Amino acid sequence: MRRTDKRLATSPSIHHEQPVQEWAQGIYELFKAHQVELISFVPDGGHKQLIAYCQRDPAIRTVTLTTEEEGIALAAGAFLGGKRSALLMQSSGVGNCINMLSLPRVCNMPFLALITMRGEWGEFNPWQVPMGQSTPVVLEASGVIVYRADNIEEVCSTVEAAIMLAFQSRCRVAVLLSQKLIGAKNFTRGDK
Amino acid sequence: MSLLNRRDALRSLLCERGEKMIIVTGLGSPAYDLASCGNEPLDFPLWGAMGGAAMMGLGIALAQPEYKVIVLTGDGEMLMGLSSLATIAAQRPSNLRIVVMDNERFGETGQQQTHTAISTDLTAVAAGCGFQHVRTIRQASELEPLRMDLHSLNDLLFAVVKVSPEELPRVLPPRDGAYLTHRLRAALLGAEQALEA
Repeated sequence: MRRTDKRLATSPSIHHEQPVQEWAQGIYELFKAHQVELISFVPDGGHKQLIAYCQRDPAIRTVTLTTEEEGIALAAGAFLGGKRSALLMQSSGVGNCINMLSLPRVCNMPFLALITMRGEWGEFNPWQVPMGQSTPVVLEASGVIVYRADNIEEVCSTVEAAIMLAFQSRCRVAVLLSQKLIGAKNFTRGDK
Repeated sequence: MSLLNRRDALRSLLCERGEKMIIVTGLGSPAYDLASCGNEPLDFPLWGAMGGAAMMGLGIALAQPEYKVIVLTGDGEMLMGLSSLATIAAQRPSNLRIVVMDNERFGETGQQQTHTAISTDLTAVAAGCGFQHVRTIRQASELEPLRMDLHSLNDLLFAVVKVSPEELPRVLPPRDGAYLTHRLRAALLGAEQALEA
């Protein structure tokens, strides 16, 4: 076990030393440009900076959820009232959402989720792997169009395309922000 | 003391409803109850999404602060979305009201007892989540003060109305979610804006 930790610690190609979220400001600016004014989330470390940008902006309402499916019903209500919203979560929350995804689907409502991935690229915690691996399958089976960003260069263009598809064409869209992009956690190395 | 009839109670609460009151119902009996009172553009009866009615109400309330938003649901639906009470109390929208018609039964599935029949006090749960205005209603005389608060209270409100478990004839509201969505948005936003997103 200890030997494995040493090997991982010297492998920056898998684990970023200090996870940077350079894409966060770009996504925040896309929210502003496209009038996405209500952001709900079950927090994830990968969304930390984006959440902070949104919480600092008095023109954006942020809602902390207790479980992810709340955010789908919230988004549906916001759309009924004429407000654009987005849901931020980690891949482990996707399974909580399955039945509630019938709501925007049956009602022909836009829905946008930005999902940070766990359980894929160099995952340390085996408990994250099942839901991480089934995330795209579960979303697609629930009628959600799935985009994915693996590199920082493609994050903003992917999110903007998802915003356009969700709100212009009234689709249910999720963007998976891959673990390769975010950097894998390793608690044995002291990651937070 | 006999339990309240759920439709009589709702009719009392919706008396002089006005034009600034949006009603989202949970699936099942509350949707039929509302349909028994009429079928208005500002009605949004759910036929699924169990556990989501209160959060839908929160979304509408945040987007439309000029309207009063009533979430009319049952004990089974509220129990499934229990933790949304924590989320909603933290937001504290002053125009949102949650009214639970509590018959202590799962009415759609064979009248099995819910947790409120045995051990759970939904009003205490809401208070524990941080709702400042909560009440449990058992008598007809308590309905009028609640009706007044639905219109005029400038704060988040949670009320449980204990009602009889008797099964009433079903009055079915529209089931087409896209139709209900467009109808409500057209009433709130205007016909043209309702087609945008």
